[in-house]
Amino acid sequence: MENTEIIKVQHLAKNFGSFQAVKDVSFTVNKGDVFGFLGPNGAGKSTTIRCMLSLIKPDNGQIQLFGKDLNKHRNEILSKVGSIIEKPDFYRYLSAEKNLAIFARISGKDVSKREIAEMLDFVGLNGRNRDKVGGFSHGMKQRLGIAQTLLHQPDLIVLDEPTTGLDPQGIVEIRNLILRLKSEQNKTVILSSHQLSEIELISNRMVIINKGQSIIEGDVKELLNAQEMVVQLEVNDMEKTINVLKIRFESASFKQINERIIEVNIEKQLVPSLNQTLVQEGVEVHAMEPKRKLEDFFMKIIQS
Amino acid sequence: MLLKNTYNEFIKILAKPRSYLGIGALTLLVLLILFAMKADGKSFISFVTASFEQTLSFNGNILNGNLIAFIILQMLIVHIPLLVSLVTGDLISGEAAMGTIRMMATKPISRTQIVLSKFIAGAVYTFILTLWLGFLALIVGKWMFGSGDLIVLNSDGLVILKEQDILWRYGLSFGVAYLALLTISTLSICLSAFAENSIGPIVSTMSIIILFTIIGTLDVSVFDSIKPFLFTTHMASWRSFFEDPVPWTTIRNSVSILVIHNIVLVLIAVYKFNKKDITS
Repeated sequence: MENTEIIKVQHLAKNFGSFQAVKDVSFTVNKGDVFGFLGPNGAGKSTTIRCMLSLIKPDNGQIQLFGKDLNKHRNEILSKVGSIIEKPDFYRYLSAEKNLAIFARISGKDVSKREIAEMLDFVGLNGRNRDKVGGFSHGMKQRLGIAQTLLHQPDLIVLDEPTTGLDPQGIVEIRNLILRLKSEQNKTVILSSHQLSEIELISNRMVIINKGQSIIEGDVKELLNAQEMVVQLEVNDMEKTINVLKIRFESASFKQINERIIEVNIEKQLVPSLNQTLVQEGVEVHAMEPKRKLEDFFMKIIQS
Repeated sequence: MLLKNTYNEFIKILAKPRSYLGIGALTLLVLLILFAMKADGKSFISFVTASFEQTLSFNGNILNGNLIAFIILQMLIVHIPLLVSLVTGDLISGEAAMGTIRMMATKPISRTQIVLSKFIAGAVYTFILTLWLGFLALIVGKWMFGSGDLIVLNSDGLVILKEQDILWRYGLSFGVAYLALLTISTLSICLSAFAENSIGPIVSTMSIIILFTIIGTLDVSVFDSIKPFLFTTHMASWRSFFEDPVPWTTIRNSVSILVIHNIVLVLIAVYKFNKKDITS
């Protein structure tokens, strides 16, 4: 991973009247990152992203994109950015291709009709080029939004809740598309979401924000690995297993699921030792499975 | 970028059904007036000329295209502002309501350019509407009623203008009428910069016109000092070209007031839109 900073947000703050939407948000996005922007509803994600795209003027803090101050180099910066904020909105009375042509014309790059047709094809809207957007489903509008985002070949793609309202197939398609953008075109992507699984599956780095403040930022794997993990054990002797946990692994907590299965919350470095100890004590460990723990991690972070 | 976005604005205006509503309504109104005049125009004219018939004798084609155009202009100049604001009042706030303003504002085009392109598009639409009114009133009117001298009843009395002395007056009066309508267009776009829905600016524009018109007609001394500066006071300045002699100073004053209104309203809209947080 290259470490060129594409986005640097420092101490961002924004009030709407007496309501403090963003108090103090700071984070850095490097080139080639798929950066997860995680937080519960109302955490300040959308306000931060709107500030980054100059839709909202921050009261405090600095925003640099591509090493340049957003206030001073707005147009130059925005010509390298493609975005969907919350949901893509289009002119309902115009066709898909006319909508794309309208946004392409002010994107800072000349885009030909052929490129528009190719892009519609790329997002799976071939054959619907001349249909009015008013008749499109939410999923189709979302695809058109992605086409609009990519049409001028931006270096940075900002997607605010891109899978909201999509069916499972649509979610998978958008997810795969983001991964393709990273792997095939080395695009930098910021993905804002309150869906933890989405961030976990796609992002390599992330920031968690809550109540208008950035809480933690870093490599997704490192952040998760540094914490306790939950392992699900399938054993033949539950009583003995619980005894081992109580006596030998006092720091661990556990929850018995049934007579054979128990979930253990334990430091990651102690997991091999737990397995070894159980075997030594004569417990047959039939399965040891790490459970997805981002949800727990997230809850723990925002509760703290 | 300004030109590119102005082109975009034309595409949007052309694609919106409400743009044709104004032109359609205007066409219908003018055709109704023409039909009414064709059917019963003579009694309408005799009603106007009755008070002069003891002292004057009217010969020739009085009910001609020139008079019809004057009547149409007089009748419709009050209603056209609604048709103009129906389209222009929607130019910014309609996009805010639709969410597309958010998409536009994340593109590398300055907010000033976004607003200016909408003003240009609104001005062109208003021009087309005025031109269409001129075509229907003057060309279709002359085709249906023929040509002739124009008799106009002013507050000072009856003015008779020779046929060959009329066309330039219409040219300039349509120019001033356009400027008045442009002020309406600019006002509604300016109000549109403050709103997040389509209806608000349209209703507000009409309310302001009604309020200012009432202030203008009220014979109360407290309003005397502001009346000359209200744009509604100068909405009917196009009529001055049909006086003899033409009161050029009054017309110049009206044009200046309307131009100043346009400039100030554009500046307010640009300032407001630049300061605005786009949260829609």
